[in-house]
This record gives sequence, C-alpha cells and structure tokens, in this order.
Amino acid sequence: MSILINQDSRVIVQGFTGREGTFHSTQMIEYGTRIVGGITPNKGGQIHLDKPVFNTVEEAVKETAADVSVIFVPAPFAADAIIEAALAGIALIVCISEGIPVLDMVKVKHFLCTTSSRLIGPNCPGIISPGKCKVGIMPSRIHSPGKVGIISRSGTLTYVAVDQITRENLGQSTGIGIGGDPIIGTSFVEALQLFKDDEQTEALVMIGEIGGTLEEEAAAYIGKNFNKPVVAFIAGQTAPPGRRMGHAGAIVSGGRGTAAEKMAVLKKNGVHVVENPAEIGATVKKILG
Amino acid sequence: MKIHEYQAKELLKSCGVPVPLGEVADTAEKALAVAERLGYPCVIKAQVHAGGRGKAGGIQLVRNRSEAEKHIARILGMTLVSHQTGPEGKLVRKLLVEQGLDIIKEFYLAIIIDREEEMPVIIASSQGGMEIETVARDHPQAIFKMHVHPVTGLSACHIRNLAFKLDLSKVQQQNFSNLLINLYELFLKSDASLVEINPLIVTANDEVLALDAKINFDDNALCRHPDIAAWRDVHEEEPLEVEASKFELNYIRLDGNIGCMVNGAGLAMATMDIIKFYGGEPANFLDVGGATSVEKVKEAFKILLADKNVRAVFVNIFGGIVRTDLVANGIVYAAKGLEIKIPIVIRLVGTNEEEGMRILRESQLNFVTENVLADAVRRVVELAKGD
Repeated sequence: MSILINQDSRVIVQGFTGREGTFHSTQMIEYGTRIVGGITPNKGGQIHLDKPVFNTVEEAVKETAADVSVIFVPAPFAADAIIEAALAGIALIVCISEGIPVLDMVKVKHFLCTTSSRLIGPNCPGIISPGKCKVGIMPSRIHSPGKVGIISRSGTLTYVAVDQITRENLGQSTGIGIGGDPIIGTSFVEALQLFKDDEQTEALVMIGEIGGTLEEEAAAYIGKNFNKPVVAFIAGQTAPPGRRMGHAGAIVSGGRGTAAEKMAVLKKNGVHVVENPAEIGATVKKILG
Repeated sequence: MKIHEYQAKELLKSCGVPVPLGEVADTAEKALAVAERLGYPCVIKAQVHAGGRGKAGGIQLVRNRSEAEKHIARILGMTLVSHQTGPEGKLVRKLLVEQGLDIIKEFYLAIIIDREEEMPVIIASSQGGMEIETVARDHPQAIFKMHVHPVTGLSACHIRNLAFKLDLSKVQQQNFSNLLINLYELFLKSDASLVEINPLIVTANDEVLALDAKINFDDNALCRHPDIAAWRDVHEEEPLEVEASKFELNYIRLDGNIGCMVNGAGLAMATMDIIKFYGGEPANFLDVGGATSVEKVKEAFKILLADKNVRAVFVNIFGGIVRTDLVANGIVYAAKGLEIKIPIVIRLVGTNEEEGMRILRESQLNFVTENVLADAVRRVVELAKGD
C-alpha cells in the first residue's frame, strides 16, 4: 500500500499548457502517472500532450472522473485554483505554486474545512509513491519503491534524503512534501496519521525546519500515538533570528520556532534526531537493521 | 517588506486611523521649519527600519527652537545603534517631526497572522511603550488576544472585549472602536504581515491615536500593491542582499567566512548547519533556485566574492531535474569570466554527476571537487582556516 495516491489515481493538471505545467506533466506521464487531462481557461477543447484540455475543473472532473489535481498556476491565481478544485469535488489537491499571499491561504484553509478535499502544499514538491504514481516535480530517478515514508517541508533537501535512502537499498513507500509556507494544507501530524496505518511504511523520515510549531505538534503526536521509528532532521540550526530563510515559513520570530527547541522536543518524544543531514539514510538503515 | 514610521503613518492617516500631526524632513532646515510650524513641545524622531530608537538617542522631545536646532543637528546624520540594528548601526537620513501630545494612557496594539490558528489575531496590552516580548515574559496577564475568523471578520464583540480589558471609558471605547475597525481593514486590504502600534495613546481629550507605527507587508502580495512596493528603501537593506534580489537570488549575509552557493532553501539552510557542525562559519545563506542558469550562477559568484570576509566558497548542488553536467558547465563559464583567487570546493550530486565532476576537474580552474558531503564540508572548513 501507499498513502493518498496509487497507480489508479486519476490526475488532472491545473495550469496544464504553461511552461511549468507542460514540463512536469511530461515527466509525470513518463513516470507512469495517469494524467487524464488538464485545465487552462479558454483553451478547452484542445489536445495537449495527447490529453484533453478543459476550461474548468468541474468540466474536467465530469469528463475524466479525476480525483487528484496538481496546480502549477502562478501564485497570484493559485488560491483561486485550489478553491476551484475543491468546489469540483477533487479529493486530493496538490499545489506546487510558490509565493501565495498568506491572507489568501487563510481564506483557503478555512474554506477547505467545509469540504472533503485534502490540500498538500502550497510551495511544495508534491507527493510520490515510487513505482506507482508521482504528482509533483521531484526527480523520479532518485526514488525507489520501499519501506520508508517521508514527510518534509523542503524540496531539494528531501531529494538529498531520498537519494540516501535509495542508496541504502531501503526505498520509499510514499514521500510527501508538505510545503515551506506558513499556512499549508496538510501538517506533519495529519501526514503521520496516514502513515500510521500504512503497512508498507516501516520507518519514517521527517524533515522540518525553523519557524512555526508543526514539528513540536508532530513530536507530541509521535510520543503518544506513533509506534514506527522516526528519524528527523531540522534545517536552520544556524539561521539568524528574524530573517526569512528562503521559504516564507522559515523564520524564527520572538524567540520561537528555533531548530534547537524542535530538536529537543522531538528527542524527548523518542525521535532519532540527526544533526548532520549526511547521516539520514545511514541512521534509518541502522534502525531497521 | 518593512517601511518607515512616517510612511506607516501616512498609510494609517489615509485609512482613517488618527496619528499626531507631523511631517517628514530630510534636511535640518526643513525639519526646523516643521517644528516651528507645529509649535512646541514637539518630538524629533529618527527614521530607520529598527526598533529601540528611543534608548539609542534617536527620539527627542524638544521644548523650544534652540532645543529643536540642537537635537535636529544631533539626530539627522547620526549612526543609530540599537539592539535591532547590529553593531554597525544605521545612518539616519530622515526625521519625522511631530506635535507633542498630552498623554493619559498608553497601550500596545498589534495585528499579525497566528500560524497555529491560521487566522489573524489582534494583540493588545495595557503595558504600552514596552516591547511585547518583555511584557509576555514579565507580565503575561497584561496581554490580551482576540482571533478573528475569516468567516466573521472583525465583529463588534472582538472590539468590546478588548476595550473592556483595556479598561477604556465609554467615549474612549467609541474612539478605540473606530480606530480598530479601520486598522483591521488596512491590515487586510494592504496584505500586511504585521501592524504594530506601540504605544497607542489616549489623550486628555479622550482621543485615541497611534503614537508610533510599524507595518510590515507580505512579500508574496507586493505584486498587487505597487504603491506600497514603491516605498521600499534600499538604504535600509544590506547592499549585497539588494544586489542579489535583482537577480532573484535568495541571499542573506551572515558573519562567517565560508561563502555558500546551494540550490533549494532547505538544502541551503542544511548546508550552513553542516558547515557549523564541522567547525566552520557560513558567510551567507544563498539559494540559487531550481533552474540554475549560467547567468544566475555568475551573479551568485560575484555576490559571494564581493563579501570581503569570504575565504573559501562551497558550492553544494543537488541535480534532480536539473542535469549536473549543465550546472558544471555554468560554473566553469561563470568562473572563467571572473577572477577568483580563493579556493572553491564543489559538490555536484544527482543526474549525470560523473560527467559534471569531470567537466569541473578538467576545466583548468582552481576547483576542489568532493562527492561525499561530509568530506566536502571538512575540506572547505580547512581551506577557509588556512592562509
């Protein structure tokens, strides 16, 4: 099993015909993801990458029975794209776009509570269940099917961890990039809840960073409810306070959200915290034997 | 993005939030003219993007013309050093001159986004004029919070609750209510990330005014507020960071001597961490982004090398979708156009890494290549320490 997506997922792409949408849709199709169509307003009726283009998500869902949508539209329009996907009944919305205004996300997040849609991201690499389905922009080549689940707020740093896990011959069950923004659709805790019941997942790698309290919440959840081994790395141990480190959400403010604090509370709850990101793969290997 | 107090007050005024009478000036003559027009007492306030101006001598009440002349001359052009400026301080280029007011009460009022609750929160405190972090530590009972759900928006009950907690009289409540309605509206419509009024004051006439104002904006939303974006003051930013922002490079200058060039924000942070782990000091955070073009790599090198503290450079690239042989060609091309006199340690991992490393080794340039992250970092730390 994998979580959230599998070989039967029917995926549509919002922002299908744009540069990013085209490039990554091509990569996803090559990987074997069932892309069933895409959306670009006013290009409905055209064919792009051998798939139908629709004007609206509603129309696409009606014609293709899509249940997953991946969003590549530019940030100023991305909140609207998420709302449209949710209104059309898409079960899993993956928003790759970076740079969505935070007040847009406040509205989107509270609106989503009134729907049955789950959002992953924004500002994330997406989600992948190696060998089955990839909905996002992560490099396929470094992944391999296996038993380690991954949850991360970062992109490239996750690839570094995935690469190590593949080289240790462990492979990944599902990898989720939850996103680097201050307000995101799916938290560490929600992702952990999904991995908890996944039989394929034997261990978990968590890659957090400075800012916010998602890692602290995850630590509390792991301490009480999660009985699979967890290896964590927190980026930004040396980041100066008050500065945003690339990601909109990566900022220590008012002395809160430091890496030291997160690492301490994770350790206290039985998580294997590595200080050196080069040791993530080896640490998982050692634990799983 | 940050703006100056005088700009924040212009914005407040235009949104119906009362502020003291005043005007900004960039010369001593103009500042004195404003003081004379307002009458005495009045207040001379240094305009820099940093808190702690009062303690640093950047805010002065003056009672007559000669005091005004003296303190305008002292503050304008001074290098203001506070706990928020760093030891190098900030040059005062402008003064805000404001009327003096008869203050009977001071409060703290702010609006921010609460990341945990995922909605705006209004924070008020009866301890006006003090830093909120200090109040939170020493008098947490003096801080009141009111979350505003996006469905209800700001409702009369939010305001009533705060007004009673702040112990305002009936007339003061009405003035506070008008102010808060307009302030909350401003927060939403300008995509602010922080609006902080400290202190919010009540005058002897029961008027409620913003005596100080700090407004920060969500960088992601500036594209829909060109008028606010135009208020950016590059004098207040680190020059190398300003230069980097022109090329969409995410650069933050730090104190160390190892320049870092990395793709991805998370990996860039982790690279700084691992340098420190092996006993080195990173000179910067630099995310060159996913699609690393030759031009971007070149500009990134220029910025790293412009920092005179940098003794060695560490390039750490994980080529996922980007092919590392293309990145290697970019690095070689960029480096050939620049005169690089310090050691550069490069680690390229990912798609076509063997080819990428071969290109670097055969470039005749002074590159040190290492495949293993730990080895690469140990090497650059060693080189930065050497002579």
